[in-house]
Amino acid sequence: MKLTLKIWRQENAKAKGRFETYKLDNISSDCSFLEMLDILNEQLVNDQIKLPVDTISFDHDCREGICGMCSLYINGRPHGPEQGTTVCQLHMRHFKDGDTITIEPWRAGPFPVVKDLMVDRLAFDKIIQAGGFTSVSTGGVPDANAIPIRKEDADLAMDAAACIGCGACVAACKNASAMLFVAAKVSQFALLPQGQIEARERVHAMVAKMDELGFGNCSNTYACEAECPKNISVENIARMNREYFSQAITKANRNQSGGGAG
Amino acid sequence: MTKLNAKIPSGPLAEKWTHYKTDQKLVNPANKRKLDIIVVGTGLAGAAAAASFGEMGFKVKVFCIQDSPRRAHSIAAQGGINAAKNYPNDGDSVYRLFYDTIKGGDYRAREANVYRLAEVSNSIIDQCVAQGVPFAREYSGYLDNRSFGGAQVSRTFYARGQTGQQLLLGAYGALSKEIGLGHVELFHRHEMLDLVLVDGRARGIVARNVVTGELERFAAHAVVLATGGYGNVYFLSTNAMNSNASAAMRAFKRGAYFANPAYVQIHPTCIPVHGDYQSKLTLMSESLRNDGRIWVPKKKEDAERVRKGTMKPIDIPEADRDYYLERRYPAFGNLVPRDVASRAAKERCDAGFGVGNTGLAVYLDFAESIQRLGRNVIEARYGNLFQMYEKIVDENPYETPMMIYPAVHYTMGGLWVDYELQTTIPGLFAAGEANFSDHGANRLGASALMQGLADGYFVLPYTIQNYLADQISVPRFKTDTPEFDEAERKIQFEIDRLLSIKGKQSVDTFHRKLGIIMWENVGMGRNEAGLKLAIEKIQLLREEFWKDVRVVGSKTGVNQELEKALRLIDYLELGELMARDALLRNESCGGHFREEYQTEDGEALRDDQNYKYVSAWEYKPGDVPEKHIEPLNYEFIEVKTRNYKV
Ligand SMILES: Cc1cc2nc3c(=O)[nH]c(=O)nc-3n(C[C@H](O)[C@H](O)[C@H](O)COP(=O)(O)OP(=O)(O)OC[C@H]3O[C@@H](n4cnc5c(N)ncnc54)[C@H](O)[C@@H]3O)c2cc1C
Ligand code: SF4
Ligand code: FES
Repeated sequence: MKLTLKIWRQENAKAKGRFETYKLDNISSDCSFLEMLDILNEQLVNDQIKLPVDTISFDHDCREGICGMCSLYINGRPHGPEQGTTVCQLHMRHFKDGDTITIEPWRAGPFPVVKDLMVDRLAFDKIIQAGGFTSVSTGGVPDANAIPIRKEDADLAMDAAACIGCGACVAACKNASAMLFVAAKVSQFALLPQGQIEARERVHAMVAKMDELGFGNCSNTYACEAECPKNISVENIARMNREYFSQAITKANRNQSGGGAG
Repeated sequence: MTKLNAKIPSGPLAEKWTHYKTDQKLVNPANKRKLDIIVVGTGLAGAAAAASFGEMGFKVKVFCIQDSPRRAHSIAAQGGINAAKNYPNDGDSVYRLFYDTIKGGDYRAREANVYRLAEVSNSIIDQCVAQGVPFAREYSGYLDNRSFGGAQVSRTFYARGQTGQQLLLGAYGALSKEIGLGHVELFHRHEMLDLVLVDGRARGIVARNVVTGELERFAAHAVVLATGGYGNVYFLSTNAMNSNASAAMRAFKRGAYFANPAYVQIHPTCIPVHGDYQSKLTLMSESLRNDGRIWVPKKKEDAERVRKGTMKPIDIPEADRDYYLERRYPAFGNLVPRDVASRAAKERCDAGFGVGNTGLAVYLDFAESIQRLGRNVIEARYGNLFQMYEKIVDENPYETPMMIYPAVHYTMGGLWVDYELQTTIPGLFAAGEANFSDHGANRLGASALMQGLADGYFVLPYTIQNYLADQISVPRFKTDTPEFDEAERKIQFEIDRLLSIKGKQSVDTFHRKLGIIMWENVGMGRNEAGLKLAIEKIQLLREEFWKDVRVVGSKTGVNQELEKALRLIDYLELGELMARDALLRNESCGGHFREEYQTEDGEALRDDQNYKYVSAWEYKPGDVPEKHIEPLNYEFIEVKTRNYKV
């Protein structure tokens, strides 16, 4: 198939970006979207004698939909047109011969562009560092079967834990909210007994960090769920809100009952 | 050939690790704060080690190539992780897990290490559950197990088809906690390009910041490499695109021995290559072989017709199908170990019976199971895999047989380490797939995750102290020393040279060529002539590379072409080393199959008399590497021939 590609080019974080247009011919419909970009890059290398341009930088690693590294905004949609699919698993058969395809990086304040289509998602790591774990150290833990967990809860925890940290939810959201990502982690632990001990600290620390890093508020448009390649449900956001407020109430109650000391 | 000392503790097998821990030196808490450790890699092994060191009180610096530690290749592991818990009460034990691993490795692994691995396996599962890893559970609320190849018990723990992801996120959580507390410092988007030695000890690294392009220096009292395997030498493999061999190869060039480079695992069930633009291969879980039957057409004419598309596989009558695994291995049938299944597929395709448009594929057929069990049962078991297959191939495996072909998957070889996971360079340790330690000539399914976490959580935190205890009086290092200068200059020179060649062929063009040489001559079937040819061809390719490669872009800022070119330098040298190792191992064992050494019916012929050893290669500047050996003594089990026919 023949394609026209409009691709965002940006030298580095500080530079001003622009769209460049590229033509590609003879692309097999069995080719994956990223392989199509590989072919374009190969062509750019081979064309160097004529015009010296840099190849197009984009993030990718596993190419199996699990590492969360690929992050392209295709024709106005994070990860492109196919539901529940990362861009590395998207194939060219979902496009038509002669199509023009626009490719941009994630656009969100907390994810600055590194170069071309690459963005910096360190903000997600920082949210996890604020509390997305159980504080257990290596060793000295009980036998794995010491605490039975309802299968249903374990399955729901797994649904939430399937988040790949790609950031499509943020890119899809007009407020650049990270609620779905944070809620997925909070839910995973909220559903498991191992997560209970630090539940209050966790949800408050993670939400505070998310706000501090400049992610926006959630206005319940659910674009995040629609674009999430792992189909993470917005029910997790509801669960997180419950956690947040119930934990806040407990905190208030505790403060009241301990009040006399004030 | 020098003989290497693995420093295996004395005493009965089951007590060695306890003895070691009792006798080893420790570092007291006040002194830990004065000691720095560099951990390169944030996969299961690296993340687990860095988090544990941080908790213990050491000052840790951790490095990864990707934008986040959570993206390490371990994230892609699907099937599961083994442990000797014996929860199903089906007769498992530490000894049985040890025994299966030694046997699965075709008697080419070190007894003491493997026993320790089996011994700590149970603690891994405990640890992960405490971290909140959502393993699969039964209705009772207790953990569920499944079975994997090479074992007669159910000892594999799993989290849907995403076990690696969940284990890595557990370790990443622990690591993040330590980063948040300031015990560990993270350097993401950094690629280590050299190891720095001071007075013969590993004292630091030079890494390239891939965002700025700058070379940065880091010093420490000890360095741990947990940088994964080297399957990408073959260009096409199931490894992630950023998996590479550079850290290990650069340590090799600084004096660390490289062990068993020839041992590569080729996984039988991967989606076949479909075009020359292909960038990587996708694994279809081994579990599919429980219900799928593998076959090719019996008649060459039929094979030709399906290749051309003038005939459909479902139109080939039962009598004209060759279920070659069931025919050759009646006892194990479709469930023979990975190496055996892979070779058998290659044999049929080479003989002209392959299918798919390239002729390099065989069928994995579920029609019979669907008929027997119903489509819904098959869907419940393998639905996500069928979906993934359909996404890639655009064919519905419920209606037409899947096509599969073997692909490079895992590397058993790696940096040589002793019982303490220390390389031949004092102060340099290697963990996870980057070392050679536990899988011998063939790894069993679900054992890599176990080994990575064992090394990181439960072995290194002890053994590294034995080394660091002597280092407490050594003050922190500066990096403005001649040793760092030299290392940085060397890399700078290499980068400038790459950029100045301005040849005609892209980096990937060379990598593809290397991949073809490797796959054809150092792949599933190897022989003397082919290996000699490979060595010759790789040398020529290397010369051509240094004359004609075109690396575009500049050395400042992001330059992914340059990153690939730097890695290819190491692949071009490692490929030759792999061929040399394979050439000198005149026997067939596990993943290493020498066509000259097979039985009359085509089975691997091991030579325990002459090759019951680990080969460990020493780099010789300007000369061919020198081979050393570590003899393997089996004190506790009897060495036997693997047999899957009866
Ligand atoms: C598709 C697939 C499925 C698998 N399924 C299973 C399974 O079900 N069960 C099982 O037991 N095993 C499985 N394996 C094998 C297993 O996943 C790996 O062997 C294991 O995860 C390797 O872990 P690791 O920590 O050693 O290295 P990796 O996870 O590969 O991590 C390497 C780390 O090193 C970093 N790094 C590398 N080089 C440098 C450098 N020069 N500078 C800085 N950082 C560097 C990387 O950024 C990364 O963080 C599977 C493998 C594949 C490919
Ligand atoms: S919630 Fe979905 S879209 Fe957001 S980071 Fe996780 S996987 Fe990506
Ligand atoms: S490259 Fe890993 S999810 Fe797309």
